[in-house]
Amino acid sequence: MAGSGTMGAGIAIVAARAGFRTVVYDTRADALARARKQTEGFFAKSVERKKLTQDQVERILSGLSGTTDIAALAACDIVIEAVFEDLAVKHGLLAQLDKVCPPHAIFASNTSTLSITEIAAGSGREDRFVGMHFCLPAQLMKLVEMSPGLKTSGAAFQAAWDFCKALGQTPVKTRDSPGFILNYFLIPFNNDAIRLVEAGVAAPADIDRAVKAGLGYAMGPLELLDLVGLDTHLLVAEALFASTRDPRAAVPALVKQMIAAGRLGRKTGEGFYKYEGSGMFGG
Amino acid sequence: MKYQIVRAGESRSFPEDHPLTAGGQDSGEVVIIIGADAGKMISEYKDRERKIAILVELGTECLGTHTGERRGEEGSNVLGFARFRLGGGEPSKLVEVVRQPRTPESAVAAARQVFESAGLQVVVCNDFAGRIVDRLVRPYYNAALRRLDEGLASAADLDTTLKLGLGYPEGPIELLERTGLAHHYDVTQALFEACGEAAYAPARRARVAKQRQELNRQGAKHAKKLND
Repeated sequence: MAGSGTMGAGIAIVAARAGFRTVVYDTRADALARARKQTEGFFAKSVERKKLTQDQVERILSGLSGTTDIAALAACDIVIEAVFEDLAVKHGLLAQLDKVCPPHAIFASNTSTLSITEIAAGSGREDRFVGMHFCLPAQLMKLVEMSPGLKTSGAAFQAAWDFCKALGQTPVKTRDSPGFILNYFLIPFNNDAIRLVEAGVAAPADIDRAVKAGLGYAMGPLELLDLVGLDTHLLVAEALFASTRDPRAAVPALVKQMIAAGRLGRKTGEGFYKYEGSGMFGG
Repeated sequence: MKYQIVRAGESRSFPEDHPLTAGGQDSGEVVIIIGADAGKMISEYKDRERKIAILVELGTECLGTHTGERRGEEGSNVLGFARFRLGGGEPSKLVEVVRQPRTPESAVAAARQVFESAGLQVVVCNDFAGRIVDRLVRPYYNAALRRLDEGLASAADLDTTLKLGLGYPEGPIELLERTGLAHHYDVTQALFEACGEAAYAPARRARVAKQRQELNRQGAKHAKKLND
């Protein structure tokens, strides 16, 4: 695993839990320490909830290590990157990985917005490069969007697909297209919900209640935006709009106003709603 | 609160018996006009001013179509409502109550009370075409149909992704197949005319379904003529 942020830590949990020896690489020792602490907390909850025994957790954690030395990934058969959503940053990392990792190793990207083909172009192994987009929170969600780039070989895609299934995940195949499936539909839908607020169609609570009661969704779009964070939504929506030019992907002015006012959602205690408390999901 | 039910044609909100319709009295402080022609009944209804609220079932049109509008200062004891329903599917528990800028709060509260006492869930919105749910969800359904045409993924993978990834109870393609693509055409065409935004323009698959529905209708008429 390259990157130990929220997604990297979650994917590492999935891999280690499935019995794969997992190495998490990050240049920041403090980020690795934070991820390890969150991971141990997650597994402690799993024991509390009787999903795993203490013995199982100890075995899982013994197979999960962190490192700031990229050379430690030399023994890996597959490397999933979950670093910042910036093509130059990803290319810099992949060029280093290409030197360190064996030729047969497959590289995968957890990107949610960038083109797999474009990322692969800087990897040194375009034929062994696959999109593997896990959902947040990765340690709980089963879905993985898998996309071949234009030069991905059938064998590499199949191997990554089999690996995904061995993780206990549910892969779906999508074209290498901006936002793949989830973000392509979710970001404009959430923007549309924000536009209803902007236009004064209804209050946030009425919009969320209508979506839940009318469509049976577990969560309303504005509740979800508060959970994800409006700053994160802004980044993803701007990236999607830049590649699609779809007017529905364009970020409504209200988002920037709310960010400027410190109303990012749950993380700041206020977004479309007011909150108290926060933490890592599940266990 | 006592309320009276007035019927004005076939109702999409209450096509069958429901605790709300069963609870209607001969007269009441609130009048609920249901049916496709509900809006036309407002002007015919006497005693209007003496009621707390008159609730008129809406289709895709705005409440202002029936009440008239006045420089953003319109509003009376006449409110609109619709029970959200997708095509031929069962009506949901959701009732969208439509108010205008000067609608008295007492009329909104009365509307909420009568619907909630019949086990329905109420949201209140201002007078916009498509209200909340259709306005929000139809562009998403159109996008799903367009992306299916463009080969983003198979119909099954689109549905699976949106169910597993977002927790939706049903994927967009299976949902539209179940409730009727031709009805999706009807709603989106009306919204496209009202809003003028491309996102509401009916997707190709919805247009095809509508055309097939029309052809089948014409075919059935033709066959009937021949048989007669």
